[in-house]
Amino acid sequence: MPTVLVPGVLRAEAGGAAHLEVGDGGTLAAVLDEMRERWPRLERRIRDESGALRRYVNVYVDGEDCRRSGGLETPVPAGAEIQVLPSVAGG
Amino acid sequence: MTELLAIGTKKGLFLAVSEDDRQSWKIGSAHFPGMSIYAVAIDNRGPAPRLLAGVDSSHFGPSVAVSDDLGATWQEPDAAPLAFPADAGAVVERVWQITPAGSGVVYAGVQPSALFRSEDGGRTYELVRALWDHPHRPEWGAGFGGQAVHTVLPHPDDPDRVLVAMSTGGVYRTTDGGASWSPANTGIKAYFLPDQWPEFGQCVHKVARDGADPDTYYAQNHHGVYRTVDGGDTWQSIAGTLPADFGFPIVAHPRRGGTLWTFPLVSDGQREPVDLRCRVFRSTDAGEHWEPRQAGLPEEPFYQVVLRDAMCADAAEPAGVYFGTRSGEVFASRDEGESWTSVATHLPDVLCVRAGSV
Repeated sequence: MPTVLVPGVLRAEAGGAAHLEVGDGGTLAAVLDEMRERWPRLERRIRDESGALRRYVNVYVDGEDCRRSGGLETPVPAGAEIQVLPSVAGG
Repeated sequence: MTELLAIGTKKGLFLAVSEDDRQSWKIGSAHFPGMSIYAVAIDNRGPAPRLLAGVDSSHFGPSVAVSDDLGATWQEPDAAPLAFPADAGAVVERVWQITPAGSGVVYAGVQPSALFRSEDGGRTYELVRALWDHPHRPEWGAGFGGQAVHTVLPHPDDPDRVLVAMSTGGVYRTTDGGASWSPANTGIKAYFLPDQWPEFGQCVHKVARDGADPDTYYAQNHHGVYRTVDGGDTWQSIAGTLPADFGFPIVAHPRRGGTLWTFPLVSDGQREPVDLRCRVFRSTDAGEHWEPRQAGLPEEPFYQVVLRDAMCADAAEPAGVYFGTRSGEVFASRDEGESWTSVATHLPDVLCVRAGSV
């Protein structure tokens, strides 16, 4: 079962959880769709209302930046680790 | 009576409280630390005052949070409180204005230029479709700060009448509850366009409604200060006795007609106070004459800008006036601008201020 690692700054939106277990057998988009159902306030901080990843949020699937692999269509294997990280941005 | 001054900054919302009729202020630590607060509102219509904050994370996007306990706790809905419908082909980038209107109604002006309307006191909003679908929209432009509806002025007596202003695009108004919108910019100059007197496209920085006459408004334009006495049909210059006609905020007295305040800057290309003096200019005759007011304000050379929503008045008697600067200084007057005291220093850039009794 894949696991989403939630950054500290967003854990309040996931009931304080640092790790979230999500369903097998899909893509990153499917994982985020599931998150929208189960943790909507967390998901909307990762994707905007068009469904796109927010510009300054990076998502890694087993250590690979999804933007350099398949984007939201990146396959998520069983047992994968999905890491959500704010990018280096801000003022 | 407790007076509250809400200060939205580039890095958090600060709440200052006065228990002695605005003689002194106690300011707390930041709410939403690290997030930009471009819009804040104090809604006194319900059983308890409600604070509404447009919270903008550079990483995680915009939202609107509300508090019914003066900031002790904040609530957001699970779903995004403001979101474009899928067929709009846009995403909300920032909330620039939150304006309580009639019973339970709250308007939000956003970037890109759009108006949202809430009927549940500001928790959730829906796009005002007719303004978004306006045939002029493809020609609305963006200034340096982005393209946004930054001013929303519901008519105090007629819920079907609302006036909005955007940069760039200018002033639009509805008289049918938002079902249709018309530009209302006749007389406002757009010096940066080949046609300097267009139907729309002006860069109106802020509009304020007169405290006594709901058909009189004042506009601080991207060069030019104007007044309309016919609800926006025509605008006339009132910049004649100001030292400069550039600036961002314009604020009207909550009750007394013809009294207003602004903070002029030299020009578009020189965005600093005239003569480098920190002065608020006040008119008591609807802009025919302006007088500087600086008692208590810094006397050394002053380079700071007051942004469009970083000046406001409260509803007390006499009215209080407040402004904040991009250098994180906040000043207050409890005598309608005659004299000023410092409320805060060394805050992040001040983006907006709102004041009221709570």
